[in-house]
Amino acid sequence: MPLLALNRISKRFGAHQALQEVSLAVESGEVVAIIGRSGSGKSTLLRCINGLERPDGGTIEFDGEAFEPTPRRLKALRREIGIVFQSYNLFPHLCVERNITLGPTSAKGMKLAAARELARKVLRMVDLEDKIAAFPQQLSGGQQQRVAIARALAMEPRLVLFDEITAALDPELIGEVVRVLDELARDGMTMVLVTHEMGFARRSADTIVFMHQGRIWEKGPPAKLFGAPATAELASFIDAILSVDPSARRRVG
Amino acid sequence: MGRSFGTAEFLFLLRAIPSTLLLSIGALAGGGIVGLLIAILRITPSRPLRWLATGYIGLFQGTPVLMQLFVTYYGLAVLFKIQVDAWPAVLLAFSLYSGAFLGEIWRGSIEAIPRAQWEAAECLSLSFPKQLWYVILPQAGRISIPPTVGFAVQLIKNTSIAAIIGFVELTRAGQLMTNATFEPMIVYPIVAALYFILCWLLSLLAQTLERRIDAALGIKQNF
Repeated sequence: MPLLALNRISKRFGAHQALQEVSLAVESGEVVAIIGRSGSGKSTLLRCINGLERPDGGTIEFDGEAFEPTPRRLKALRREIGIVFQSYNLFPHLCVERNITLGPTSAKGMKLAAARELARKVLRMVDLEDKIAAFPQQLSGGQQQRVAIARALAMEPRLVLFDEITAALDPELIGEVVRVLDELARDGMTMVLVTHEMGFARRSADTIVFMHQGRIWEKGPPAKLFGAPATAELASFIDAILSVDPSARRRVG
Repeated sequence: MGRSFGTAEFLFLLRAIPSTLLLSIGALAGGGIVGLLIAILRITPSRPLRWLATGYIGLFQGTPVLMQLFVTYYGLAVLFKIQVDAWPAVLLAFSLYSGAFLGEIWRGSIEAIPRAQWEAAECLSLSFPKQLWYVILPQAGRISIPPTVGFAVQLIKNTSIAAIIGFVELTRAGQLMTNATFEPMIVYPIVAALYFILCWLLSLLAQTLERRIDAALGIKQNF
């Protein structure tokens, strides 16, 4: 049984059909990288998974249970599914430690001492233990994003969603964030990522999902999709990325 | 026989300052509670509650504070069939009035916090009240300091209206001293200067507070 199962999810924004009957299953421990042009529905799909967007049609099952978007059910679901955003969205009025302990203490009823212990542990995982007392504005973009990852991990989720988390970063800061992703993937975390980091996708993803016009256009292991794209759309998408960043050719292979 | 304006008369004016300050602080405290409630009602998902809050704001922003004072003062008298003391009437009227303005200022501050902050809190499984309490209100509070202090300064000056129903505060004390000394051009400039000092000190206090908060959060002083 997959940990997460999306069955024929549709979502419309006004006249724009963002998602058209998208079905996807994610096994426990699987790393799924969603790629595609902007406007292809990648982020909308991700946001449907944890209830930030409500699908117009289709069903979502998490851990074998159908997901109903009642406030109580959503609250429970978000203890299991974490998310990291493109723009970090740290709480600017709270120090790094409090950013991390807020969820565990006020949503899961964890004691503050235990939560602080946990904060140290997750900060060690992103190599930022020395920044525990800093405020978000005192950190670089890459550091803020690593804190955001630590914050999501502190909820001890069974699935983490990553929504283009390197897209807002300066090029020289992307590496430190991607390294954390690689480590999480290696440690067996179940992850669904919307990403433009083709190197990471090739290296660490088990499955690549290529979205186009609100549909899953192609899906499969990275070697197959990058090595032998079956559709002209995917081939041209890969070409477009390589022409912007020739160094990616080596990584994509 | 008039008496001349001397030290005793000046001290009489000074002794009226606590009344003005107490009334202002009391109205800010009362108005703060009302205002917070109004601000939250304005952003709740419930449409009737939003209408209720909007109606309240419209009523108190759209009528003169003097009329509100009269209605409260005489209204309490009619309601309880007794001559009411000026204090509770004035305090109630200014609290209700402040609540409408503070509510609108704070609603604006809450809505200025990016939607992404709500989402981040929601995704940590925080309930709506906890999202508001831990994430939104502290940030909204910081940006609401300048407009809130601006309103507080207005309020200190507007409490002079309470003189009309005989409440002895700074302005009323000035009227009494003018009647005793027939020296309006000495008394009233002094009263005005005393108001100025009160408002100026409050603005200074607010600036210090903003600087301290920003320094604690590591924000550079550039806005």
